Amino acid sequence: MSNGNSENSLIRMFHVYRRYGKYSALFDINFDVQKNELVFINGPSGAGKTTLLKLLYLGEPASEGQILIDGINLSRLSKNKIPLMRRNFGIIFQEFKLIPTKTVFENVALVPEAAGKSWRLVQKKVSSVLRAVGMEDKQNAFPLTLSGGEQQRVAIARAVAGDPKIILADEPTGSLDAESAGMIMELLKGFHTRGSTVIIATHDTELIRKTGGRTVYLKQGRMQQPSTLQ
Amino acid sequence: MIPLYFKHAFRDIFKNRLLNASSVITIAFSVVITSSFILFLVNTTDMLNLWKKEIKIMVYLHPEVPGEIIPEIQKKISGMYGVQDVRFISKGEAIEILKEQMKRQSSLLENLKENPLPDAFEIRMIPSSRPWEKIESLAAQIDAIPQVEEIEYGQKWLTRFSYIIKMFKLTGFALGILFFIASVFIVANTVRLVLYTRREEIEIMRLVGASDGFIKVPFYIECIIQGALGGIIGLTILYLVFVSVLSNVEQGVTSGFINVKFFSFGIMSLILLCSMFTGWLGCFLSLKQFLKTA
Ligand SMILES: Nc1ncnc2c1ncn2[C@@H]1O[C@H](COP(=O)(O)OP(=O)(O)OP(=O)(O)O)[C@@H](O)[C@H]1O
Ligand SMILES: [Mg+2]
Repeated sequence: MSNGNSENSLIRMFHVYRRYGKYSALFDINFDVQKNELVFINGPSGAGKTTLLKLLYLGEPASEGQILIDGINLSRLSKNKIPLMRRNFGIIFQEFKLIPTKTVFENVALVPEAAGKSWRLVQKKVSSVLRAVGMEDKQNAFPLTLSGGEQQRVAIARAVAGDPKIILADEPTGSLDAESAGMIMELLKGFHTRGSTVIIATHDTELIRKTGGRTVYLKQGRMQQPSTLQ
Repeated sequence: MIPLYFKHAFRDIFKNRLLNASSVITIAFSVVITSSFILFLVNTTDMLNLWKKEIKIMVYLHPEVPGEIIPEIQKKISGMYGVQDVRFISKGEAIEILKEQMKRQSSLLENLKENPLPDAFEIRMIPSSRPWEKIESLAAQIDAIPQVEEIEYGQKWLTRFSYIIKMFKLTGFALGILFFIASVFIVANTVRLVLYTRREEIEIMRLVGASDGFIKVPFYIECIIQGALGGIIGLTILYLVFVSVLSNVEQGVTSGFINVKFFSFGIMSLILLCSMFTGWLGCFLSLKQFLKTA
């Protein structure tokens, strides 16, 4: 099913491995994502979910195998093209990765600024995404003064501030209560309906059941396609 | 985009003000030391050139030279290259001048039976920017005239002074290079420390799609601003020292003779440019290393 219509594949992974020394965090991964899909990567802690996302956004190189993003082979990408490739992604990191010395506004502004947008456009964009996550009142706050859920929302705002083709969300509801988690899933689904491809890594099967969508399962670095699940 | 970069740069300088102060102070110190040499050289070179221009050659003739051939010698010297005019000063005239100069003691001269002074020519040179070589060759030519006994043109004194200036130039040059290297090194080190404290931030910037150029630009702006600040502070300190020294000296020495001045606008801009370049280079070296390894 996932290897079906390769014409529309935005992401393709062929026999991808990621090794740390002798340890294989990812083992022979074959994984396709179509344009405008919403995909869950499910699996227990340590299964390799974060590692898989890292390979996609070039946070780390694959040890073996090929990854194609929109037809471009990541292993053949020249160093100066990497930033451009990364702008295809809006990443919500598991540990947020907000810059503590910059305000909420500055953290979010970084993305359109880095993409070379004019200051006027930057301001407009930042205001609109902060409003979308309900954080416009805290735009001058520093990340460490915010609650976990608020930081999560700022991270989401930053992820979508560059109008990315693909949103990678790593445990986006990780430390949240059910209500906040629900709100964040609504946000992500909203980006999906508006045309983004969304990949969500989570160990929370309950959340997947409630939201619904294609799910792949990772266990000890191996991917099990839906057919192999019961 | 550009005002935004500047906003970031100023904020970051302020955030790391203690660290960045070390760069600014180093550059300022280097500017004071190096520029004071340049200042000394600019003024002494001017003075030297002025004196060189006003140089006169005195030619003393043998006592037995008959008066008839004096116009002939005068004509000969007048025809030499670089000579503007030649004035004959007879021994009689010379003694009058001497008496005039000695005034009170002129009675000493009255008692002389015979005038001990020789006939002489005073030669003025055509003003030129580089009279020095001319003087040497002219002196050699005049010396070849058999009736000439002695030539005087302050050669020793000027040579020594030129030599001192040359040594100053060398010392200034060496010190300039030394301080330049030290400044670049200290700026580079400061930038390295700042980069190190901000490595996580830089990593995040990269992950959200920032190019190395985007990351570098604020650092370059910061370093160039620091260089400019160092240069301005250094020049200001030098100027204050210059003014206070000058006012002390002028109380003692009658001025007019020494015409010392501070740097022209052009030289100040050049010094400022150099200090900005120092900042840029320090930054360049650190960034190159850091972004390669990170
Ligand atoms: N840089 C690294 N060096 C060594 N081992 C690593 C490294 N990064 C990840 N691993 C290992 O790879 C495995 C998968 O890690 P990963 O972070 O992808 O898990 P995960 O599925 O995201 O888990 P969680 O749900 O807890 O976030 C883990 O066993 C981890 O220890
Ligand atoms: Mg993880």
